[in-house]
Amino acid sequence: MPILSIMILLPVVAALVVATLPGDEAERAGRARVVALATTLVEFVLGIWLWTQFDQTTAAFQFTEKLPLFAPYLDWSLGIDGIALMLIELSVFLMPLCILASWTSVKKRVPEYMAAFLVMESLMVGTFAARDIFLFYLFFEAGLIPMFLIIGIWGGARRIYASYKFFLYTLLGSVLMLVAMLWMVGFAGSSDIGTLSRTDFPVEAQFWLFLAFFASFAVKMPMWPVHTWLPDAHVEAPTAGSVILAGVLLKLGGYGFIRFSLPMFPDASAQLIWLVFGLSMVAVVYTSLVALVQHDMKKLIAYSSVAHMSFVTGGLFALNTQGIEGAMVMMLSHGLVSGALFLCVGVIYDRLHTREIGRYGGLADTMPKYALVLLFFTMASVGLPATSGFVAEFLVLLGLYQTSTWATFVLTTGIILGAGYMLWLYARVAYGKAAGDDTRAMPDLDAREIAILAPIVVATLWMGIYPKSFQQPMKPAIAEVVARLEGRELATVPTDMTLSPLKAQLALPALAAPAHAAETGAAEAHH
Amino acid sequence: MHPIFASIAIAGPETVLTLGSLAALMLGTFSGNGRGGRQALAVTSLFAVAILALAGFTLLDAPAAATIAFDGLYVADAFSAFLKVIIIVAAAASVLMALPWLNGTGPDGAVRGRFEYPVLMLLATLGMGIMVSANDLLTLYVGLELAALPSYVLAAFHRADDRSAEAGLKYFVLGALASGILLYGVTLVYGFAGSTQLDVIAGIVSGQEERSLGLLFGIVFILSGLAFKVSAVPFHMWTPDVYEGAPTPVAAFFSAAPKAAALGLMARVLIVAFPGKVAPDWQQIVMFIAIASMVLGAVAAVAQTNIKRLLAYSSIANIGFALVGLSPGTPGGISALLFYITVYVAMTLGSFLVVLQLRRADGAPVETMADFAGLSKTRPGLALAMAVFMFSLAGIPPLLGFWPKFAVFQAAIDAGLIWLSIIGFIASVVAAFYYLRLIKIMYFDEPVAGIVSEGSTVNGGMIAACALFCSPLGMLAMTPLAGATARAAAALFPA
Repeated sequence: MPILSIMILLPVVAALVVATLPGDEAERAGRARVVALATTLVEFVLGIWLWTQFDQTTAAFQFTEKLPLFAPYLDWSLGIDGIALMLIELSVFLMPLCILASWTSVKKRVPEYMAAFLVMESLMVGTFAARDIFLFYLFFEAGLIPMFLIIGIWGGARRIYASYKFFLYTLLGSVLMLVAMLWMVGFAGSSDIGTLSRTDFPVEAQFWLFLAFFASFAVKMPMWPVHTWLPDAHVEAPTAGSVILAGVLLKLGGYGFIRFSLPMFPDASAQLIWLVFGLSMVAVVYTSLVALVQHDMKKLIAYSSVAHMSFVTGGLFALNTQGIEGAMVMMLSHGLVSGALFLCVGVIYDRLHTREIGRYGGLADTMPKYALVLLFFTMASVGLPATSGFVAEFLVLLGLYQTSTWATFVLTTGIILGAGYMLWLYARVAYGKAAGDDTRAMPDLDAREIAILAPIVVATLWMGIYPKSFQQPMKPAIAEVVARLEGRELATVPTDMTLSPLKAQLALPALAAPAHAAETGAAEAHH
Repeated sequence: MHPIFASIAIAGPETVLTLGSLAALMLGTFSGNGRGGRQALAVTSLFAVAILALAGFTLLDAPAAATIAFDGLYVADAFSAFLKVIIIVAAAASVLMALPWLNGTGPDGAVRGRFEYPVLMLLATLGMGIMVSANDLLTLYVGLELAALPSYVLAAFHRADDRSAEAGLKYFVLGALASGILLYGVTLVYGFAGSTQLDVIAGIVSGQEERSLGLLFGIVFILSGLAFKVSAVPFHMWTPDVYEGAPTPVAAFFSAAPKAAALGLMARVLIVAFPGKVAPDWQQIVMFIAIASMVLGAVAAVAQTNIKRLLAYSSIANIGFALVGLSPGTPGGISALLFYITVYVAMTLGSFLVVLQLRRADGAPVETMADFAGLSKTRPGLALAMAVFMFSLAGIPPLLGFWPKFAVFQAAIDAGLIWLSIIGFIASVVAAFYYLRLIKIMYFDEPVAGIVSEGSTVNGGMIAACALFCSPLGMLAMTPLAGATARAAAALFPA
C-alpha cells in the first residue's frame, strides 16, 4: 500500500472537499470543521500505523515509492527513515489539535482556513517523506503559500507586514539552496537523496554548498541574526498558525541540516562548526535577554523558540551521536512544548483578546486548571527533569561538551536565562492579583481545551520519562549520519576552558567515535 | 512538380494563413453591418479561429528534421513547428477573448469592435510563423515586419481612446527604429560574412581565421533589434506604455505570441548562424540582457499600481528568465527556453483573461490593482485562478511556473553559469514581492464596490484551462512537454 502517498494526498483531497462544500456560510463552516478534524484524525491513525510497521533496526529508507511522474526534472520518490518518521509523527499529532484549537476562535472564512491547514499538513508530511531532492524542495517551498495566507487572512493587526516578511525572508534563503541543489545534481548525476548522501563532493565545493544550504536552513530554523521574521510571524499568526509554525515548520531547518548539510557536506560541516557554534551562542544569550523584556506573551515564547533552536544547531554540529540525538529530541520536545505554550496563550487570548502580559495576573486563583497546565509547560520549556525538555537539553550539552566546552558553557547559561524569563512570565500571569475585573471573570478551561492540552501533557511526560520510545527509531539513521562525519578534520575551536590556542593547534581533534554515554547518561540523570 | 509548389507545401501553415486572412477580409466586408458591425465581427472571428485551427492542423505532419524551402529562405523543422503551435494557440485565444470587449461600447457610445480585428490577428500570426521559420536574415526581416505592422494597428485599435492612439504611435515609431537597427545589423553581417542565409553564414564564420569585428557589430545590431521585439532591457521602454494604452486583449496578445516568435527567432539566428567561435561573444550579450531584464523587470514593477503596467514589467522579467535558457547555447538550454515560453504564454494569457473578465459598473475596463481588492470574497473562483497565475509567475513550487525557471537555471548551471543563476534567483525573490501584492489585495483586503464581472463563458473556460495548466496538476504535463521541447531543440543543432 502506498501509505506515504496516501498520507500526502488525503489532506489535499479533503481540502478540495472542504473548499467546495455546499450550504450557507454557517453550514459550510460547521461541515468544514468536521471534515478537517476527521481528516487529521485519520492522518494521525495512519501515522501511528506507520510507526508500528516501521522497522527500527535499519537506517535504510522504508515504505519507499518511486514513480517517474515528472521526469526528467524530478521523480515522485518517497521513503522515510527514523528521523523523518518521528517528525511526521509530530506533524500528524499536532494537526488535529490545531484544528480543535481553531474550532471557535476562527470565525471568518472557515472553509478556506481549514483547507489551508489541510494543505499544510500534506506539505509537511511530503517534506519529510521526499526522497528526491527536488521533491523535497517542492514541498519545502510550497509550505510558504498556505502559511502566507494563514498569517495574512486570519492574523492580527500587523498581519500583512508579517506575512510578507515571512514569505520573502524564507524564499530568499531557499533560492540559494536551489542553486546549490542544481549544481549537486549536475555533479552527482542523480537527484536521489540517498545517492547524494553517499556522494563525496569536492571539499572546496562543499564549502559553498554548505553555505547555500545554510542560508536556507538558518532562516527556517531560525538562527540569529536571520530570526527576525519569527517573532513577527508568530505574533500576527492565529493560534493554530503559531502552533504549526513553532511545532513543525521550524523543524524543517533542523531536518534540513541533518538530512542534507551533515551527510552531504561532512568536511564543510566539520570545518564550519565555529560558524554554527558562534551564531548559536549569540542566539542563546541574546534572544533569552530579549525574551526577558517582552510584554507580549507570544513574542516572548517566539524568542524562547529561537533560543531553543540554538540548542538544536549546537547539538547537531557537535557532530557526535549524543549531540545529534539530543538535537532530534529537542526538536520533538520543542514541537510539543512550544506548541502547547502557544495553545495556552491562545486559551486566554480567546477570552481577553490581548496578549499583553500586564493585563493578566492571579490566574492561579481564578483559573486553577489552566494555571496548572501552564505551569507544567513552563517547566517543560525550562527543562525540568521528567519532562522532554530535560532529556533534550541534557543530551545536547553532553554531546556538545565533547566538541566544544566553551559552546557548552554559553549554552548552559541559556538554560538559566530560560528559567528566568519563563518563570517570570508564569509569575506575572498566574500569581499576584488580577489586573482587572475582566481578567478575574475569565472562565477556566473547558472540555475542548482540556482535550487539546491533555494529549500534549501525556506526550511530554512520556518523552521525559521514557525517551527510548522516541529515540529508538532514529538511532540507525543517526548512526549513519555520524558514520559519514567520522574522521573529518574539525575546525580548531577552543575545546576546553583553558582556551589555549597553542594546544588547540597542536592537537587537531578528529571526531571521536561516538561514545555510548548517551543513554546511560540520560538514564542516570533521572535517578 | 515545380519546386515552388513543393515549397508552398512545406510552408503549409503560412499558406493557410495567407489565403485565410485574405478570405477573412472578404468575409468581413461582405457579411453585412448588422447590429452595429457586431455580426461581421462575430462571423470573421469564428472564421479566423477556424483558419488558425486549420493552420495548426497542417503542423501535424510537420517534418522533424530541417526541411528547406524557397531556395533556402524558409525552413520547417520540429523547432518551428513547436513554436507555431504555441503562437497559433495564443492567437486563437486572443481572438476569442477579445469578443466581449469588442462587442462592448466605448465612451463615445459606438461599438468598439470592427471585423478587422481578427483579420489583423491572422496577418500578425502569419508574420510570426515566418519569423520562426526564417532561414535567412531577409526572411527574418520580412516576417518581423509582417508581424509588426498589424500589431501597430492593433495597439491603436481603440480609436476613441487617446491612450490607445498614443500606444499605437509609440509602438510604431520605436518599432520602426528597432527594425532599422536590425536591418543595419543584417547589412553588416552580409558585408562581413558574405551571405544572408543562416547556415551559410555559420559555414563562413567558422572558416574565418580571426573573428571579424564588423561581424560582431552586425550581431550586436541584430540582437538589439530583436531585444526590442522581445522587450528585453535596455530596449523595453515601450512595453509598459503600450500595454497600458492598448486594449487589454491586444496587450494580452502582445505579451504572448510575439514574445514566443521573437524568442524563437533569436534562438535560431544565434544558434544556427553563429555557433562555435563566435558563440561566447553573443552569449555575453544575451547574459547581459537577461540579467538586466530580470533585475529591472523585478525592481521597476514594485511601484506600479496599474495592473497592465505590472504585467508589462512582469513580461520583461520573464523574458529575462527565458533568455537565461538561451545563454548557455546548449540543446538543454534551448529545450528549457521552449518550456519557459510554453508556460509563460499560459500564465500571461491567464492573467490578462482575468483582467478582461472584470469591468467597472460603467463599462470601463479595470485598470488599477486596487480594483481587485477583496476579489476572493466576491468572486472566489476568479481570485483563485489569479492567485494561481501570480504564484506561478513568482515561481513558487509546486505551481507549474516554477519548473521552467528551474529548467533554464539547471541548463545555465550545467554550463557553469552559476552567478547568472544566483542573480536570477534573487531577482525572482524581488519579483515575488509584487506578485504577492496582488494576492494580498485579493485575499487580505476588503472588497470594493463597483466592479462587476463580464461573465463571458468562453473566457471563463479559457481561464479555467490556463489555471489548471499552471496549477500543480500541470506538472503531469512536464514529461511529454520535455520530450517535445527536446526534439524541437535538437532540430537547431546539426547532428
